[in-house]
Amino acid sequence: MSGGAIISMKNRFNFGYFITEGFRSIFAHGLMSFAAVCMIVACLLIMGSFSLVAINAERMLSQAEDDNEFLAFIDETYTDAQIRQLQQQVAAVDNVASVNFVTREEAKENYLGDYEDEGLYANIPDEVFRDRLSIHVVDLEQFGQTVAAVEALPGVAGIRAMGELAQGFVTVRNVASAIALALVAILAAVSLFIISNTIRLATFARREEIAIMKMCGATNSFVRWPFAFEGLMLGLAGAVIAFFLQWGIYAAIYRAVVANGAIGMFPLLSFGAIWAPVLGVFLLAGALIGACGSGFAIRRFLQV
Amino acid sequence: MIRLMDVFKEYDNGTKALKGINLRIDDGEFVFLVGPSGSGKSTIIKLLTAEVSATQGRVMVNGYNLNNIRQWQIPYMRRTLGVIFQDFRLIEKKTVRSNLEFVMRIIGASPREMRRRIPYVLDLVGLGDKADVYPNEMSGGEQQRVAIARALINNPQMIIADEPTGNLDPQRSLEIMTLLERINSMGTTMLVVTHEKELVNRFSKRVVAIQNGELASDERGGYYQYEKSV
Ligand SMILES: Nc1ncnc2c1ncn2[C@@H]1O[C@H](COP(=O)(O)OP(=O)(O)OP(=O)(O)O)[C@@H](O)[C@H]1O
Ligand SMILES: [Mg+2]
Repeated sequence: MSGGAIISMKNRFNFGYFITEGFRSIFAHGLMSFAAVCMIVACLLIMGSFSLVAINAERMLSQAEDDNEFLAFIDETYTDAQIRQLQQQVAAVDNVASVNFVTREEAKENYLGDYEDEGLYANIPDEVFRDRLSIHVVDLEQFGQTVAAVEALPGVAGIRAMGELAQGFVTVRNVASAIALALVAILAAVSLFIISNTIRLATFARREEIAIMKMCGATNSFVRWPFAFEGLMLGLAGAVIAFFLQWGIYAAIYRAVVANGAIGMFPLLSFGAIWAPVLGVFLLAGALIGACGSGFAIRRFLQV
Repeated sequence: MIRLMDVFKEYDNGTKALKGINLRIDDGEFVFLVGPSGSGKSTIIKLLTAEVSATQGRVMVNGYNLNNIRQWQIPYMRRTLGVIFQDFRLIEKKTVRSNLEFVMRIIGASPREMRRRIPYVLDLVGLGDKADVYPNEMSGGEQQRVAIARALINNPQMIIADEPTGNLDPQRSLEIMTLLERINSMGTTMLVVTHEKELVNRFSKRVVAIQNGELASDERGGYYQYEKSV
């Protein structure tokens, strides 16, 4: 009975077949597939937008952190030995990265350095300037506490801190991250649900074929792969569409900021600088949602 | 090769479909399985294809012990069987050729193997010129031939047919049965479930009759005679 050919029984991974079947299935129930892709696009877009806000806030923050410095003016009655002792005390305060002692002469020179061409200030008496400690903090989020702790030390006559803009960035970043996280959790759940229903529909539409496959000795994975690919392709399609929409939205905002001359105050990253990680994360997230959604459907509805 | 040893089957709802069946079918045999409706014929088929498992007793199919078969081995066990049903179960939206390719792909056959094997098997069942026709453009007898071709395509050791002629007129039925006999004569073991007395009696093969889930008779060259024993 083996005429015609010797039949092989190797378990070739028939990639082309699985992909083709996955595609056919997507278009066989197009409306549902469309809804699933839309959900993934919405999910990724919202996640992406808030993440980009957070990323930009983070960057502005790290730029601000370069000036993460405040000054502690030293009691004028202090001797050199006392100043050295105070410097050690300040260095021991939590969250202090470094402490530099700056004499009033150095401070004046620095100050004048900023206004080189203006003779106007050249005659400022030394007394206007005071000996000071220039203090860098480690974590800007605890900037306020650190300033207060230093201020409370005996021998500190006064404080000059300029952390407010930075604090604003911290708030924006934290809020944006939190919103992104919460929305992503919800939308990811909804996307998973829709994808898994789409795949369930696909398995239902093909239940007769599946029964025949099983009867003829198809392995579980052979039956399941086309559906796994279907979910994966839906996820990736959503990712690609979301990426281009994100690009458009981001570019529009960027242009608006530049047009308003606000790019100096809000030095946004250009999309060109971030497109690769955005695309990467979108593809990864889309693939993950797609694969998990179909995996879920296959487990629950495709007991082969 | 089939061995049923003291096999009981009770369905989840409490129906006792099989009550201690002993049956041995060797390679190359042709066996009719007969019996009244509800006697347990299809249950035996489902046991052999591992669609259901025995409540008690031992089941062996082509060297596989179904009592302790691993889940992953079941597909490979099924590849040693070709199964045919009364209602053909062809994929309506695929041509005859695609239906056969569909089944060959399952076992990992290459396109070249398909191009060689499909015309051979279609010729064998008398459908050499119907490769590109859709099932709903064919008569019932032709559709059943396609189903037989599909059962044969992966070169199984045994063919199991559950009322293959149930939907066909007597002339078509005779043709199908003759085809099955011919395939058997080429070496494939054949187990055919049927109701059709006249057909069974024409072929003078081994006839296993069951009734009420029990073996009623098992005769070589036998007739369909369970009614006599009632
Ligand atoms: N899935 C099931 N769940 C519960 N009972 C079942 C199931 N399948 C079959 N039965 C019962 O088991 C008994 C045997 O059924 P089976 O289908 O094996 O009979 P059969 O000999 O093939 O009958 P027929 O000639 O009508 O096809 C019957 O009483 C039937 O009602
Ligand atoms: Mg039956």
